[in-house]
Amino acid sequence: MRLRRSPVTLALAAAVAALALLPLGYIAWYTADVGWSGIRELVLRPRVAELLWNTTRLVAGTVAVCAVVGVGAAWLIERSSLPGRRIWHVLLVAPLAVPAFVNSYAWISLLPGLDTYGGALLVVSLSYFPFVYLPIAAAFRGLDPALEETARGLGLSSWAVFLRVQLPQLRVALLGGSLLVALHLLAEFGALQMLRYPTFTTAIYDQYRATFNGPGATMLAGVLVLLCLVLLLAEIRLRGRRGYARTAKGAVRPVRPVALRGLTGPALAALAAVVALSLLVPLGSLGYWMAAGASTALDGAALVATTGTTLGLAAAAAVVTTGMALPTGWLAVRARGRVATLLERSTYLGSAVPGIVVALALVTLSIRVTPWLYQTVPVLLAAYAILFLPRAIVTVRAAVEQSPRVYDDVAASLGASAADRLRRITLPLLAPGIGAGAALVFLAVVTELTATLLLAPTGTTTLATAFWSASSALEYGAAAPYAVVMVLLSAPATVLLSRDARRGLTT
Amino acid sequence: MSSLTVQDLTKSFTATAPVLTGVDLHVPSGSFTALLGPSGCGKTTLLRLIAGFDDPDSGTVALGDRVVAGAGRSVAARRRGIGFVPQEGGLFPHLTVAGNISFGLPRRQRREGGRVRELLALVGLDAELADRAPHQLSGGQQQRVALARALAPEPSLVLLDEPFSSLDAALREETRLAVSQALRATGATAVLVTHDQAEALSMADQVAVLRGGRLVQLTDPRTLYRRPGDLDVATFVGEAVVLDADLRDGLAHCALGALPYEQASTGAVPDGRARVLLRPEQLRLSAPDPGAPIARVRSVDFYGHDSRVWLDLPDGGTVSARLDGADLPRAGDDVAISVRGTALAFPAGHGAALPAPAPLG
Repeated sequence: MRLRRSPVTLALAAAVAALALLPLGYIAWYTADVGWSGIRELVLRPRVAELLWNTTRLVAGTVAVCAVVGVGAAWLIERSSLPGRRIWHVLLVAPLAVPAFVNSYAWISLLPGLDTYGGALLVVSLSYFPFVYLPIAAAFRGLDPALEETARGLGLSSWAVFLRVQLPQLRVALLGGSLLVALHLLAEFGALQMLRYPTFTTAIYDQYRATFNGPGATMLAGVLVLLCLVLLLAEIRLRGRRGYARTAKGAVRPVRPVALRGLTGPALAALAAVVALSLLVPLGSLGYWMAAGASTALDGAALVATTGTTLGLAAAAAVVTTGMALPTGWLAVRARGRVATLLERSTYLGSAVPGIVVALALVTLSIRVTPWLYQTVPVLLAAYAILFLPRAIVTVRAAVEQSPRVYDDVAASLGASAADRLRRITLPLLAPGIGAGAALVFLAVVTELTATLLLAPTGTTTLATAFWSASSALEYGAAAPYAVVMVLLSAPATVLLSRDARRGLTT
Repeated sequence: MSSLTVQDLTKSFTATAPVLTGVDLHVPSGSFTALLGPSGCGKTTLLRLIAGFDDPDSGTVALGDRVVAGAGRSVAARRRGIGFVPQEGGLFPHLTVAGNISFGLPRRQRREGGRVRELLALVGLDAELADRAPHQLSGGQQQRVALARALAPEPSLVLLDEPFSSLDAALREETRLAVSQALRATGATAVLVTHDQAEALSMADQVAVLRGGRLVQLTDPRTLYRRPGDLDVATFVGEAVVLDADLRDGLAHCALGALPYEQASTGAVPDGRARVLLRPEQLRLSAPDPGAPIARVRSVDFYGHDSRVWLDLPDGGTVSARLDGADLPRAGDDVAISVRGTALAFPAGHGAALPAPAPLG
């Protein structure tokens, strides 16, 4: 079919891709500018090796822990006779409502001795294991139970069925979830800074604090971006082969769960432990500090004002980002081809850059190129857009896929002009998808810490930055109310995520 | 209403495989034409070029004497005044039935319900359906609403893209009838794309057979069935019995005896080797008789209203006969075959090898 690629849409999508690639481009340009001798001086030194070792072992450890917990929990929920599986499912997704930096605050404020490798591993694993659990649970539901029954019929035990039939089919979901954990961890700043565990992000932040936009911070950012790109490349190669796992249709018959018998008790205890550590400890800790903080007088007016500012920024970012996602999402479906794919991938690439690097790049660029924009809301919104564009694009794209071109053709044959078709057909059909994308961006911005910390105009505090300054000053009680509001605002998204993925269990 | 004239239309989406290679088509004003062809023959592409959703590489499309595509012109789809009924209806899911039907009406007319009721009645639907959402309608009702929507702005031409293919058999018959009646009532010029020969033969005033991006025959349904232009068309528009024959003394000598024959319209076939076409309903079976060719019944497909009998001929060939009688032979019986009417003769090398379809079971 003919490509419907209007030059205006194409230009808009290209502009969005260019914005998304701005931080990467800045880092690349800066690296080239510094030159080989500069790189050798700034990168090839013991401090960087130490950071690399810290980052690598934390990523490796966290991915391993998340994989074991995620796969184990998903098997128990989707394939075993465990009682109350629906409730467990919600409880296992719920930790996503607690931002990682709030989780680490909850732990370190109770156990100050957690500022070690083991402590960091524990805390980030508890925050990130749902990233593995969710895709694995979804993949389990996509597996045809007939295959497992066939294997049983051939005499395999439950354990052998898991190893030889299920695990190979879950491979792609597992790798995908693990890469997600790794990418998030490379970008994680708040949680690790709170735990005083030095990695690239915290080192970049400290350098930035010390020397502002010095070459040291930028070169560290370069190494970090390189690590992200390696992972992203692996992700793209993986996505190319994903068809293998997705070809399986949904389960045609209900799965007959594996009877746990005597193992029911230990299985329940294990799940209870995961939920207690990942959910009850942070919520309990918040409750404790709320109670303790109440005695030091809660500043209600400041809390309301900060919440208002945060909601306003999040709403603006949602509108801007979703608007920017429209041309790219549209082209990706209606003008499939190399150009559209390139533009779409550019935004994914851009958002894989850690928030701290995006912020650093935008600070430097706005000071050098557009000083009148430095520390203004537009730059902050641009950072949010770069970081969260894919969330909006994915949902807009899905919505465009839901509204095939035939509607456009019929409307044209009935005499509707292009503007008319946009108003009467396209926008009404895309509205739910656009709304969902905007909601996802909104919720992500509500708990965004790193970029906001560096880019927010002087005097503008959000829930995350207010929480951050209070907890950095060890005023745990004063920080708690901000964390509670963030958790409450994130909860709806989490409920949505769990309900969507639970569909298999209810039918 | 106006006529449609397509001249020497070509279109290709990739450099190597053209979809249409020089199609000429004339649809008289007020007539109903079916575009018949197997999937991939380019019929949907032709429809889209006529509608203006795509532009041809060369050739022209004219409505009446107004050229809308080609010769340096490309009138936008929305200015052509051509109604379009897509596969599965394509009703706008966010609008009610009334909203769909009145979509193409001027703003003033959209408000009043009179025109919507009129159009619902035209396609044989109850006025109560006006406030329903598309997903609350059956497939057949959706198709009728889609037609009402296309007819609402009184287009000069209506295009229907396989509108019945997604309906089940009973509903298809009923919906076809309603669509035919509505089109005749409005006197609209209509072009229907289909791969279903029964649909084309029963509904249309003329049938255009498309094959490999080319129009191979344009004629009325009876002529198309009785005097197809070539053997491929013959087998495409209906079941066929194709036999090798020897033409001499004004008769075609073949496995079924010496038959009177007519020349195919493509040109006279000289005496000698040839192929002849019969339709299965021309074959008659009777008790074995030394004067007539004998065949053995291989199997019988019983449909109720009629039956198909598969016959093994002494020369090793297989033919099928369609019988409506209650007195059917059984597998293994020997029968005599006689032929009603005339055969149609084609040159010997003509048509691809056409083995008779094997009986099932």
